[in-house]
Amino acid sequence: MEIIKEVNAYTPVIPKKKYSPVKEFFKNWKKQKMAFGASIFILLLIIIAIIGPYIAPYDPYEPDYNTTLQGPSNEHWAGTDEYGRDIFSRLLVGARISLGVSFLAVFLGAAGGILLGLMSGYFGGWLDRLIMRGSDVMFAFPDLLLAIAIVAILGPGLTNVVIAVSVFSIPSFARLVRGSTLEGKETVFVEAAKSMGASHRRIMFKHIFPETLGSLIVFITMRIGTAILAASSLSFLGLGASPETPDWGAMLSLGRDYLGTASHVVMMPGLAIFLTVLAFNLVGDGLRDVLDPKTKNE
Amino acid sequence: MIPILFIVSILIFFFTHLIPGDPARLVAGKDATLEEVNIIRAELGLDKPIWDQYITYMSNLFQGDLGTSLKTGLPVSEMFADRFMPSIYLTFMSMGWALVLGLLIGTLSAVFKNKWPDYLGMVTAVSGISMPGFWLGLILIQIFSVQLGWFPTGGAESWKSYILPSLTLGAGIMSMLARFTRSSLLETLRADFIRTGRAKGLKESVVIPKHALRNSLIPVVTIAGLQFGFLLGGSVVVETVFSFPGMGRLLIDSIAFRDYPVIQAELLLFSIEFILVNLIVDIMYSMLNPKIRYVS
Repeated sequence: MEIIKEVNAYTPVIPKKKYSPVKEFFKNWKKQKMAFGASIFILLLIIIAIIGPYIAPYDPYEPDYNTTLQGPSNEHWAGTDEYGRDIFSRLLVGARISLGVSFLAVFLGAAGGILLGLMSGYFGGWLDRLIMRGSDVMFAFPDLLLAIAIVAILGPGLTNVVIAVSVFSIPSFARLVRGSTLEGKETVFVEAAKSMGASHRRIMFKHIFPETLGSLIVFITMRIGTAILAASSLSFLGLGASPETPDWGAMLSLGRDYLGTASHVVMMPGLAIFLTVLAFNLVGDGLRDVLDPKTKNE
Repeated sequence: MIPILFIVSILIFFFTHLIPGDPARLVAGKDATLEEVNIIRAELGLDKPIWDQYITYMSNLFQGDLGTSLKTGLPVSEMFADRFMPSIYLTFMSMGWALVLGLLIGTLSAVFKNKWPDYLGMVTAVSGISMPGFWLGLILIQIFSVQLGWFPTGGAESWKSYILPSLTLGAGIMSMLARFTRSSLLETLRADFIRTGRAKGLKESVVIPKHALRNSLIPVVTIAGLQFGFLLGGSVVVETVFSFPGMGRLLIDSIAFRDYPVIQAELLLFSIEFILVNLIVDIMYSMLNPKIRYVS
């Protein structure tokens, strides 16, 4: 009895405040000044992508041949293009296309990659070998080249750009998730779940998958930047959005011919792509430091 | 490597045959009769089963015959001959810029950690990764070709034509290498052997390049090799921006015409190049890291 009393006397006082991982995350997130700023920029972009078409001051498709290739002014903040269309309005409407295409492509690529990676790491054996050799074959093509090849086969267009970008994202996600699954499979809580008779699906999705979430979120953020660059490159090459679409890459491609006379036609959409990708990369960097500190120096 | 190349060749062959459009019709022209189209189809061997076509293609490939372009009627190998070397020069020059500038910026950032050279270096690096190659290329053309007139806007006539495209192509990798060099060097600088070196009175000019940088190069070399693929993909975009007569632009032109013998030969060549570079990276990795050499 005496001993127990003594132990209790030295037991540290547990604070009443409950630990909240979300609060902890935001506390650390605010310390990452660059990433914090970039995340606000992305939030604004997402809002623009949603309401862009409603707040655009001009019709982004309507040509006005009296105002062709005008530089930035009070009437046209980002100037006008070769058809006299307001570039600022086209950028606002284009945000939905650029973000939509890359979000969807990364989401599909991640979904495919996570499923393959989980199965590959969890079941091992011939399935693992098959999936990994498959990803080796896909890794034999550089990312953008694979996307170009896929669009060449399927034909140009935004839907095919989404397919192409998501296909080239699959093997990287599969590798990442497989690695974490191999680690997670050996943990005690997975062993406990197994011994309690949990199904494979439950163990994979309820126990192992949440463990990979930290590095996955970081990777997804980084991949969105890559996807925006890839999709706009495809549009620039004439393999993505059709020329009249206010897609940022397609706008830049059309404006090339006027580089010497009206450089704003190229500069504005280029700046939009650059700032968006920069923001996603900064947020990715910041998230890595907060969520996945072990890979900070890799 | 061989089995992967074999599967890659099958995939490329079958998928390029899925490209919509009838190649025989393309060669024959719009006004050709069905009979003429069928004769051309038989001449091209397209009337045979696809497996047969693949076996013929591979046996020709091993004899150095890459097929005939549907657009120009020239052997594909002949079309590659003029374009292969300019693209190789461009790729290596880009990698050269990327390595020199990347290592320099990364080293300066690590040595002057949390001082202005570090901030400047890392802002350059993160901007370089985020910048679309085609946009950077157009900006460089606008400044150095249109306004200053220092370099030509396109082509590959002289060494000057290579400067802007190679800088554009190398920018992304330069930035990545700068970041990796910085973090790798920072880690090495914390190692015991660096402290020992400094303690025995070695100058910083010896410690940094000879002791620290050399030991930080392993991850940097791996990244440089892995990023080689980025150069191959990026070259397609950069060659289009600079109207550079290389392999990348040929690919885009061939896709526009559905010239599938050229497309499949190019894709195969690109993947062989990529796989070979990864092999060389593996070998270099073991040369730089004696631990791996001894184990194996």
